[in-house]
Amino acid sequence: MELQIIWFFLWGLLWAIFFMTDGFDFGIGILFPFIGKDDDEKRIMLNAMGPLWDGNEVWLITAGGVTFAAFPTVYAVMFSSLYSALMLILFALILRGVAFEFRDQVDDPAWCKIWDTCIFIGSVTPAVLFGVAFANIFQGIPIDGDGLYHGSLFTLLNPYGLLGGALFLCLFLVHGALWLAIKTEGELHERAVQMANRVWGILLIVAVLFLFASRFATQLYDNYIANPGLFLVIGLNVLALLGTKIFLAKKAYFKAWFASALTIVLCTFFGIIGLFPKLLPSTLRADYSLTAYNSSSSPLTLKIMLIVVIIFIPIVIAYQVWTYNLFKGKITKEDLGYEGY
Amino acid sequence: MDIVLLSRLQFAAATMFHFLFVPLTLGLSILIAYMETKYVRTGDEIYLSMTKFWGRIFLINFVLGVVTGITLEFQFGTNWSRYSAYVGDIFGSLLAIEATVAFFLESTLIGIWVFGWKKISKKAHAAVMWLIAAAGTMSGIWILIANGWMQHPVGYAIRNGRAEMVDFAAVVFNKFAILEFFHTVFAAYVLSAFFVMGISAYHLLKKQHIEFFTRSFRIALVFGLIFSIAVAVEGDMHGVHVAEVQPAKLAAMEAHWETTTRAPLHLFAIPDEENEKNLIEIGSIPGLLSLLSHHDLDAEVRGLKDFPKEERPPVFITLFAFRIMVGLGTLFPILMIIGWFRRNRLPESTNYLKVMLFAIPLPYIAIEMGWVLAEVGRQPWIVYGLMKTSDAVSPVAVSQVLVSLIAFIVVYGILGATGFWLIAKTAKKGPDSVSANNEPQTVTDKSEV
Repeated sequence: MELQIIWFFLWGLLWAIFFMTDGFDFGIGILFPFIGKDDDEKRIMLNAMGPLWDGNEVWLITAGGVTFAAFPTVYAVMFSSLYSALMLILFALILRGVAFEFRDQVDDPAWCKIWDTCIFIGSVTPAVLFGVAFANIFQGIPIDGDGLYHGSLFTLLNPYGLLGGALFLCLFLVHGALWLAIKTEGELHERAVQMANRVWGILLIVAVLFLFASRFATQLYDNYIANPGLFLVIGLNVLALLGTKIFLAKKAYFKAWFASALTIVLCTFFGIIGLFPKLLPSTLRADYSLTAYNSSSSPLTLKIMLIVVIIFIPIVIAYQVWTYNLFKGKITKEDLGYEGY
Repeated sequence: MDIVLLSRLQFAAATMFHFLFVPLTLGLSILIAYMETKYVRTGDEIYLSMTKFWGRIFLINFVLGVVTGITLEFQFGTNWSRYSAYVGDIFGSLLAIEATVAFFLESTLIGIWVFGWKKISKKAHAAVMWLIAAAGTMSGIWILIANGWMQHPVGYAIRNGRAEMVDFAAVVFNKFAILEFFHTVFAAYVLSAFFVMGISAYHLLKKQHIEFFTRSFRIALVFGLIFSIAVAVEGDMHGVHVAEVQPAKLAAMEAHWETTTRAPLHLFAIPDEENEKNLIEIGSIPGLLSLLSHHDLDAEVRGLKDFPKEERPPVFITLFAFRIMVGLGTLFPILMIIGWFRRNRLPESTNYLKVMLFAIPLPYIAIEMGWVLAEVGRQPWIVYGLMKTSDAVSPVAVSQVLVSLIAFIVVYGILGATGFWLIAKTAKKGPDSVSANNEPQTVTDKSEV
């Protein structure tokens, strides 16, 4: 029983880390065509995440893999139910990854333009669709007792789902703009800061709407009402969101980015805590819902995986932090020639 | 249209495409790590130039391998959800371990290698490439343990209506998986050797950058010679084990219908699956199949007729995939041995160089055929003897799979073509392509001095 509870929250944590890390890459990818005015600026934007995006994206693989390993039934039902949405995300990620590598291989503006478009599409699609998907997970999807999904891609595009998409989009845009503010200087830096300020205002509105809508569209608040102490998480979430703006105003960009990272993690956990113990609620009948108890792996597998994760995830975090530290500092035009190729 | 067929086609397209890039990542990383180590040890700039040139090709190839790998992790859920729910307790954990212990390391380090030339010491930079190579190989171990379990499931019990892990060590040390792992990585090393030798041959034929490409060629030659022999020897051991645990696959590989002792091996045969016989058999050598599969001339080899019709793999595909793989696998060490005798006069060996240039695609074909043999030969099972492929598919709409299959073919087709075009472009350009916009010091090719 304890193992299943631990794994439920680890599952949430891994998704949260994925959103926190790759989130700013998505944000930069979306801002890419708008605030990068010339090729040098665009390349600076790409270099701001260049050494990091691939490692960040592995959090997605790990989150997916852990869903498979710890909750195979959830993995099977969730991903087959969200078939079209997930395929769109995967194709987007393929285009994005390839575009980063291909873009500078041919010295031709038309060629760059193609891959720049791919970077934008490849970033905006997962940002929005992960939001849509998680909002739908929060409110439940029409699955029956056999794990059969009674809906389509358009079932997911309901108002609450779309609000979730808007929320993730704003979160990642602010996150990405702040990372750019840290990594750049001059006009590009000013534009990034301006963008962070603007989108933050929209984010605030969307976040408040989302919190209210969750009251009506989901049962997330049941756990909070049963244990009022949990409202602290929402309180912290609000503080992190406000903190982002305060640090931004003080021009403390790294602190602002950190607060934004916390906001993303806490937003995810707002939903995860509300869901517990359900991983995928059914809107057809409450007992069709997949929970940590009825869809987990065997105790032996959960134990083995826990040992693996306890040993390796801290190691991964250690070397990723080391990598972030290695590549800290502003990227200038002079750096562009020194990226190896 | 049949959802099982569509899903199988999609998975085949996705995996086979993924595996166009994986082997080169596995082998070329080692060769580049070796070149960079030589540079650090000797200070000879030509090795730095080699590291950068092959590194640039490596990176184009690497990113295609990475992005196509991501979809595979999720396709078990999207398209094979019944399978995922039934065996996730074992199979899912192996994939999760792969991501956690290996893929993280590889993906994080690649960023350091590309962007870290000025950030870390030369020694550390070379060490990063060795670690990338090690992490890639570790990934391979876990993926092949997972595939090995599908080929020969061990260490499980059927409980709660699914396969549950009872013995993790048995799963990890599954003999099938270990044999499969070595066969796959050795084959990947052979492919990488041919790749480097083929591109080097192109430039040597054009009489340009002689020193640069002679050295590249020779490094790959040693590597290829060792592993083209190793993969054949290992393949023989693998075959014996397949005969033991997957007798239906062996019988299909050889179009062997009747259970007999002193079973013959047909060099060429055209099977007639309808009438359970071979239309043509050419070059049948008595006892050779018994010898190869059991290392005993008089051993009994089970024939296809021993298995119910619905439990036999497609004979035609299995047989030809095996023939092509083995045929090419026999050619590879021969080409390597010829190369060994010509290693000191490569630029003059124009005929040999031409052969090596056109040989680049051959290991790709051999490796893909190896996977066709492994996967098609396992049919109708998705997990041998435990779960049928037809019971494994997701209950999703046929139209969804049809649309995604078409998308896979279109997107992968375009990206694959672009990727190989870029690789070819970079390869043809030669070492000049990497010295233009990077290091302030210019790298001079000794042959031109």
